[in-house]
Amino acid sequence: MKYSMFKSTYVERLYNGIIRENPIFVLTLGICPTLAVTSSATNGFGMGLTTTFVLTFSNFLIAALRKVIPDRVRVPSFIVIVATLVTAAQFLLQAYVPSLYESLGIYIPLIVVNCIILGRAESYASKNPALASLFDGLGMGLGFTLALTILGGLRELIGAGTLFNYPLLPSFYQPVTIAILAPGAFLVLACMIATQNYLRKKSGKPKKNCSCGVEGCGLCQGELPTRKDEKGEKA
Amino acid sequence: MKTLLVIIITSALVNNVLLSQFLGLCPFLGVSKKSNTALGMGMAVMFVITISSGISSVIYTYVLLPWDLTYLNTIVFILVIASLVQFVEMFLKKKIPSLYRSLGVYLPLITTNCAVLGVSLLNVQKSYGIVESIVNGFATSLGFLLAIMIMSGLRERMEENDIPESFQGIPIVMITAALMSIAFYGFAGLI
Repeated sequence: MKYSMFKSTYVERLYNGIIRENPIFVLTLGICPTLAVTSSATNGFGMGLTTTFVLTFSNFLIAALRKVIPDRVRVPSFIVIVATLVTAAQFLLQAYVPSLYESLGIYIPLIVVNCIILGRAESYASKNPALASLFDGLGMGLGFTLALTILGGLRELIGAGTLFNYPLLPSFYQPVTIAILAPGAFLVLACMIATQNYLRKKSGKPKKNCSCGVEGCGLCQGELPTRKDEKGEKA
Repeated sequence: MKTLLVIIITSALVNNVLLSQFLGLCPFLGVSKKSNTALGMGMAVMFVITISSGISSVIYTYVLLPWDLTYLNTIVFILVIASLVQFVEMFLKKKIPSLYRSLGVYLPLITTNCAVLGVSLLNVQKSYGIVESIVNGFATSLGFLLAIMIMSGLRERMEENDIPESFQGIPIVMITAALMSIAFYGFAGLI
């Protein structure tokens, strides 16, 4: 009984985050860090794990405090919780993985404004119990890490012929440097999403709707919220 | 004067906030379907980034630095930005309703725009003074406006084109962005 319950919520949450609602490939959330730090597999993996850390604990804390936080000030409160965790993560990286801290640079503090974190806080953690939210955050974070590592790995492989700094391709391969430069980020991600669209169309699955609850993420809404929506939100 | 000019060219063109720093991509991809909405978003971003980079620089120089609280900068800046956006919205609603009608819808979207926080943090990282920070904020958001306007113009023309089905929507926009990014690489020769 207990095990089946465990399976039904927690394992389901993990599966949901990693595969079914993968933040990058399915929901296209949190694009900025995705493109900016994935010039190598190592950076993508590091950024993914840092975000996972923040997301897991922010979801847990927000869910645990969801009955204490007044509804009117919930978004600022969420932001303070997330910003505190991000500062903690920044210190941990600086102390234990200084090389990663150097290469991620300004994108570590910018985890605060990552759509995924506030999106999960709004759409899941503020309505569900703490432990389920923790697993939701963990699943989403691992899905994000997976996507970032794949993207970083592909770019590194095409652009430098290596994977996790380990030379993988034969020496006659001429690296296509553009893949690790800024335009390459757009190109590789565009091709990955297009491939995924193609596969989804072939298997006949309908496109998932975005579950991002944040107003700020214009990407998944496709268009602006109207004045009316906004009033409804505030009321 | 010369340093300020270099800051303007670097931030607006060479290190374009969208195409080479990847900050603020959500509105860039989401709100660039029509040029009038893109213009509104760009103007609102300009307004907020210029003011917020000034205020956060003042707070950094006169509060955080003297009291040795620089490690709090992420938390302080995000709170400043969030409350500034609220305040600007309220102020415009009361005092300048005409401007509010054209920018108002975009303001709530800006709090989670990573370009705003990014500029404040970059100002600190590059140890800019207050005037330099304001100029940098203005130039960065000018670059944002430029890129989002070009993108919306291109997207309006793409509407009638025959795009492969898998590439419709986000993928084709990203490929367009990649081409723009390559074009902006040319500006590196300016400095």
